[in-house]
Amino acid sequence: MLAYAFIIPLIPLASFLGIGFFGRRFRDGGSLLGIAAVGISFLLALAVLFSFMGARAGVEGEAVFDFSYPWTPVGELTIPLGFQVDALTALMLVMVSLVSLMVHIYSVGYMHGDARYTRFYATLSLFTAAMLALVLADNFLLLFISWEIMGLCSYLLIGHWYEKPTASAAAMKAFMTTRVGDVGLLIGIMTLFAATGTFSFGPLREALGAGHLAPGLVTAAALLVFMGAVGKSAQVPLHVWLPDAMEGPTPVSALIHAATMVAAGVYLVARSYVLFEHAPLALNVVAYVGTITAFLAATIATVTTDIKRVLAYSTISQLGYMMMALGVGAPAAAVFHLITHAFFKALLFLGSGSIIHATECQEMHQLGGLYRHMPVTAWTFFAGTAALAGIPPFAGFFSKDEILLGAYHSHLPGVFWAGVGTAFLTAYYMTRACILTFFGKPRSHYHAHESPPVMTGPLVVLATLATVAGLGGNFFVKLSGMEAHEHAAPGVMALALGAGLTGIAVGVAIYGLGLVDRRRAIAALGPIYRLLKEKWYFDRIYYVTLVKPALALSSLLARFDLGVIDGIVNGVGWGSVQLARASATFDLAVIDGAVNGVAAGTVAAGRAVRATQTGLVRSYVLVFVLSLVAGLFTLYLMGGF
Amino acid sequence: MLLTLAIFIPLVGAAAVALWPRQDERGFKVAALITTAIPLAISIWMATAFRPGAGMQFVERAAWVPSLGINYILGVDGISFPMVFLTALLTFLACLASWHISPRPKDYFALLLLLETGMMGVFCALDYVLFYVFWELVLVPMYFLIGIWGGPRREYAAIKFFIYTLLGSVVMLVGILAMYFAGAQALGHPTFDMMALQQVKFPFRFQLWVFAALYLGFAVKVPVFPFHTWLPDAHVEAPTAVSVLLAGILLKMGTYGFMRVSLPTFPEAASYFAYAIAVLGVINMIYGAFVAMWQADLKKLVAYSSVSHMGYVMLGLAAGTPMALSGAIFQMFSHGMITGMLFLLVGMIYDRAHTREIAKLSGLYTALPAYGIILAFASFASLGLPGLSGFVAELLVLLGSFPVYRTLVIIGAATIVITAGYMLWMMQRVLMGKSRPELEALPDVTGRELATVIPLIVLIAVLGVFPRLLLDFTNPALIQLAARVGGM
Repeated sequence: MLAYAFIIPLIPLASFLGIGFFGRRFRDGGSLLGIAAVGISFLLALAVLFSFMGARAGVEGEAVFDFSYPWTPVGELTIPLGFQVDALTALMLVMVSLVSLMVHIYSVGYMHGDARYTRFYATLSLFTAAMLALVLADNFLLLFISWEIMGLCSYLLIGHWYEKPTASAAAMKAFMTTRVGDVGLLIGIMTLFAATGTFSFGPLREALGAGHLAPGLVTAAALLVFMGAVGKSAQVPLHVWLPDAMEGPTPVSALIHAATMVAAGVYLVARSYVLFEHAPLALNVVAYVGTITAFLAATIATVTTDIKRVLAYSTISQLGYMMMALGVGAPAAAVFHLITHAFFKALLFLGSGSIIHATECQEMHQLGGLYRHMPVTAWTFFAGTAALAGIPPFAGFFSKDEILLGAYHSHLPGVFWAGVGTAFLTAYYMTRACILTFFGKPRSHYHAHESPPVMTGPLVVLATLATVAGLGGNFFVKLSGMEAHEHAAPGVMALALGAGLTGIAVGVAIYGLGLVDRRRAIAALGPIYRLLKEKWYFDRIYYVTLVKPALALSSLLARFDLGVIDGIVNGVGWGSVQLARASATFDLAVIDGAVNGVAAGTVAAGRAVRATQTGLVRSYVLVFVLSLVAGLFTLYLMGGF
Repeated sequence: MLLTLAIFIPLVGAAAVALWPRQDERGFKVAALITTAIPLAISIWMATAFRPGAGMQFVERAAWVPSLGINYILGVDGISFPMVFLTALLTFLACLASWHISPRPKDYFALLLLLETGMMGVFCALDYVLFYVFWELVLVPMYFLIGIWGGPRREYAAIKFFIYTLLGSVVMLVGILAMYFAGAQALGHPTFDMMALQQVKFPFRFQLWVFAALYLGFAVKVPVFPFHTWLPDAHVEAPTAVSVLLAGILLKMGTYGFMRVSLPTFPEAASYFAYAIAVLGVINMIYGAFVAMWQADLKKLVAYSSVSHMGYVMLGLAAGTPMALSGAIFQMFSHGMITGMLFLLVGMIYDRAHTREIAKLSGLYTALPAYGIILAFASFASLGLPGLSGFVAELLVLLGSFPVYRTLVIIGAATIVITAGYMLWMMQRVLMGKSRPELEALPDVTGRELATVIPLIVLIAVLGVFPRLLLDFTNPALIQLAARVGGM
């Protein structure tokens, strides 16, 4: 079975082509084909997981099954492309195909009646294929290819409602921002290739293990690879695209911008972890970037009023947690959190989609009181909130605890305490979101109704997973062959739980019980509040320091090209005409015509041809003779022939 | 015999079309299309018979002017064969795309066929006189195609193109003559045989001079900064199909010249100048991209994107490793298809909306859905989306040049972001947004138009996934070339 794992991404790829070319002919617009394809992929992924577990038994340490094919000859080399199955891949395959399946089903209800329903499903299928290929790749090249195709799908889906200027701008921003990171990743891959002659993870691991590479080179390569992860996983300072990406349909936000693609950066670092282990400096950078991101995004989430954007900042923050875990040397915790987060964050996004579907509103200040109208949505949303806030026994509790444990055991106390603080903020802003959305009185007019079963069904499935997936931690650790954290520290667990509970309590106190006058609080926190509302000014700073100068440079160079470079060309033409006139040897009506090209444009076509035909021969002769003279002179200079 | 047929059947066709009765429009158009189909069929057959490791193939040799050492020698190897195939393919598609050309369709098709003879000849000739004759032959029909069927400033553009490239090519001729005289001394008999002259070890100073002379001829064609300003003018004025051939084939004549002549014949000079060429290549990449971003005319944007993309080829040639050279030739092929396709698409919208101004187009995804998706495909191909041919080309160039010019490659890699910037910005303005009533009234792509782009779409995608379909042809020849210039 393992050797056939490559079929898993090929099925959604085929359905992409099928829906793309023939989707409109189906009565359902092709969605059923997409669902069936992902469903089969999911079953195959389960089969791969089980057969991996079978094959893994009796293998010491990490088990990797690698299947490689020659892709293309280049010079004396042949570049192979292949795929591999290890614990990480097997788990990711199941998670990605499962969440994708849920989103595919859910979208039947959510996207019902959309003008570009077929196109939506085609792109969703292509995305799923790319993400599945990414986790199967046994080399940087295939990984990069899938990585970029996911970026394309993300771009297309963010811009799904491209008539809206905000949507088209958000799509472009997402592609551009991630591409900045991708250039870093590409240069990192090139650095490694130049040093080792391979893209494949296995040989790279061996080369690193053997210590053939200079430490400086390894550090540079690790940082460059991390740059790609920073872009894709929306880490500071390249995080600015993800909140805007909420312009896309909500199922897309759930699948691509919460559960899978944005986690690919975390996956990338986990996949190439051996590289980072040989570069302690890079590892510290990962830890700090993750920590800063986790904290910074959480602070913004506390003042955001759009429910999807709250979840977007929350996603950035949680991805920061995963990076933090990688940075402090707890990759297993990072991957564990990646999986649990995928379930509960997809759940939360789909829940918010259900709300938007019912009310056509996503401003929390205009919502409220939905609990009574949408009980399934509410309860599943609460399950997701509990998981995100780290309340036992929900999934997020276990994985976040593992991360904080890793941070605690690292030599970076600042990281640990920022992690605890972020846990508090997380619980607080989610409590705020729940209360504003589901409780109190409706603050605008809508006739809320529970969503159809095709939408609530996936919510229930994901809520179940968000509740129990945390218990799979041991299974996961055993499967991967990675070491569990040796010292369990009850104090850390208590601290994390305490932070979460405090956050909920503060949220309830402010938004549920109204113990604090919000207006006065905002006035008291003036500058800080504004800083958070302005999202720490990243967008503005980028506009002033990057976008505007780039456009100015572009405009300057365009004018330089037309004025100076082309001006010189025309000047030379004009000069030679004057020269010829002065010597009165040659009639250069043609070059003259070139200079006065605008005027010549009005000459009738037939006459022009006749005129230029005669002029052509003359100028040809002129140029020919002049050049030959010059050439002979050159020959003479060179010693004569 | 095959190459002679591929070169001269278009010439025969051109004569036939020229003599065809003017009233029978359909007749001479079909005749022209069939004429371009024959070289395409020949090149496809040759692809099946081609043996990658076997050096020059399908060689034909006949005495022409024996006393001067001028011979009629034709042949193709892994470097020239892809260009021959590309020429045949693009000319066929260009012919199909020109169906409704006016005025004087008969003269147009005759000139188009004559142009094919010249282009084919350049890529097949293995004798310098023959090479030069074909090289100059290309200029003449091109001049008239732009000058008669072009836009409002066609005269200016045509003359500028003609004088500029002529200046370059005459200096090149001087270089060829110098090579001939020096070669005659070294070999003991005069010859213009390219392969024979490659065997001569020219003195270093001589190499520098002649390399520089040839450089001028080739660099103008590519075009290398700062000799590029004829290109946007020529493109903007040229009719659609002529732009396709201009960008798709004529620019490649320049880079092909480097690979066929400059690098193998003057390897020491090539490595002497390599760094400067690489720097200019990177300037092309970045400068072209920045200038493209500011263009208000869709066709000018594509023209400057060509300047940028051809910079990759120059960088790869300068680096000279087998991988960089593979990237260079892959880029030549891929850019021919992608830019050709972009010009076809710009032509389609111009035919309908009678404007190419980005500001006047909007929401084409909605107004012309099929057109919109095809333009998006071509744009993403152009910005180097993995899975499509442009990515393989850029990757190989950057990867192959990286060990040689680390800093330059890192600087050049910025092009990846800038290119995405201008392409996406263009798409945001042209494809996205609300469509306009006057645009919605326009018809979507026709069957004939689809037929011109579908072969390109398929090839761009297939080569992006299976690059060995091309690299298997080129690889042995490039290993040899890299060994000559001392690349790794």
